[in-house]
Amino acid sequence: MNIVRLLKIIFLVEFISGLYMAIKELFRKSKTINYPFEKGSISPRMRGEHALRRYPNGEERCIACKLCEAVCPAQAITIESTERSDGSRKTTRYDIDMLKCIYCGLCQESCPVDAIVQGPNFEFATETREELYYNKEKLLDNGDRWESVLAKNIKLDKPYR
Amino acid sequence: MIEYLQILGQEVYKIVFLLVPILVSVAMIVWLDRRVWGLVQKRRGPNVVGPFGLFQTLADALKYIFKEIIIPASANKVVFILAPIVTMTLALVAWAVIPMSEELVLSDINVGILYLFAVSSLGVYGIIMGGWASNSKYPFLGAIRSAAQMVSYEVSIGIIIINVLLCVGSLNLNDIVIAQKNLWYVIPLFPMFVIFFISALAETNRPPFDLPEAEAELVAGYQTEYSGMMYAMFWLGEYANILLMCALGSILFLGGWLPIMDVYPLNIIPAPIWMISKILFLFLLFALIKAIVPRYRYDQLMRLGWKIFLPFSLIYLVFTASFLFYFEKLPKVNF
Repeated sequence: MNIVRLLKIIFLVEFISGLYMAIKELFRKSKTINYPFEKGSISPRMRGEHALRRYPNGEERCIACKLCEAVCPAQAITIESTERSDGSRKTTRYDIDMLKCIYCGLCQESCPVDAIVQGPNFEFATETREELYYNKEKLLDNGDRWESVLAKNIKLDKPYR
Repeated sequence: MIEYLQILGQEVYKIVFLLVPILVSVAMIVWLDRRVWGLVQKRRGPNVVGPFGLFQTLADALKYIFKEIIIPASANKVVFILAPIVTMTLALVAWAVIPMSEELVLSDINVGILYLFAVSSLGVYGIIMGGWASNSKYPFLGAIRSAAQMVSYEVSIGIIIINVLLCVGSLNLNDIVIAQKNLWYVIPLFPMFVIFFISALAETNRPPFDLPEAEAELVAGYQTEYSGMMYAMFWLGEYANILLMCALGSILFLGGWLPIMDVYPLNIIPAPIWMISKILFLFLLFALIKAIVPRYRYDQLMRLGWKIFLPFSLIYLVFTASFLFYFEKLPKVNF
């Protein structure tokens, strides 16, 4: 065995330099963010929690064409529709099983009127399964709550679609 | 009879005043360990519960209390339940002889260091009992490894302690501290201090010698089948043991409760603060080492213990003895 290597082992040279490095790193700023209090930036393309949007006059965008239901690879979407008195077709039921959903974004891609979108929210964990079976009310509510962000994200992403 | 009860009451009072600070400091030390580990790895570590996350361990303990304790159907119930109790009790019992200052010690017995050594050797039983009573493969393998490891490193720790005792001439821990009034033993016995420190890592199953808990191979070693408060007791016992080893190291080599130098601004700081700061210094080293070293292989661990540490400490023992004999510095012992 090389004599220098032997001396290095006996005097724990590598170990001490490691310890020195650890002490040095101890006082440097950490690389992680303080998650629940500060959050990382999210792309406008983020495929998070679903939302059903409305027109500015308060009318639902969804025309019950059922393209999203058809394209959904996980078959998480269930839609039932009816004809209104003014002759327009609207949904009576729009359910998404958030547990089946694989967050692929195909529903948003297929939607001709930008009604169903996936927003930037990813913190919608619940304590029971039942809370994750989203119905139309919940989705519309989401849409109302996130509308400003959703509209901005769609606008930002428009040139690349 | 009443007199006896009075004495008992006084003792219980003293014991409570010793145990509560130890349990609290164990909780704090777990936090410190995780925090240092996180900071070295450029993470933040626990920082949410309480100021700087100081109450994280208390929150964890609360969680453990409310968790269900699962006892495997094929386990030996009595031994299974006894094992964490033994570990925890032995880890706490040893603190009875640790002097925080000349007066601040629960029982100032003549053979303090022997007592300490005996109790820390008994610590293996908790682990073996836990591993065997689980009646499951991983805990059993973990327990065997742990027992072999602790027994091996105890041998070299014993010889290192003899090194110190040769210089002191007494087994009383306070005498050991007072003997270092002029010169801490870390200077003349520096190689022994290093070996003691590494052996203490192995003795308390800390990285890089945490083979009994090598999660990649043994899941969680002897703790695999434990849950709830029983797991937490193993965990508390382990950290109390680590603190104990730090205390032992500071008593043997760093002058215990003595100040760095016996000069004016330093010697008005009370002795327990010196003791605590020395324990903390050693514990910080423990925590830093956890962050920087990879785990040893089992045969490497055994080779290090038996083929390097044991002969080296024996040779150093002979060297110390002959040095003391030649310069006629052997301590006078009056029987």
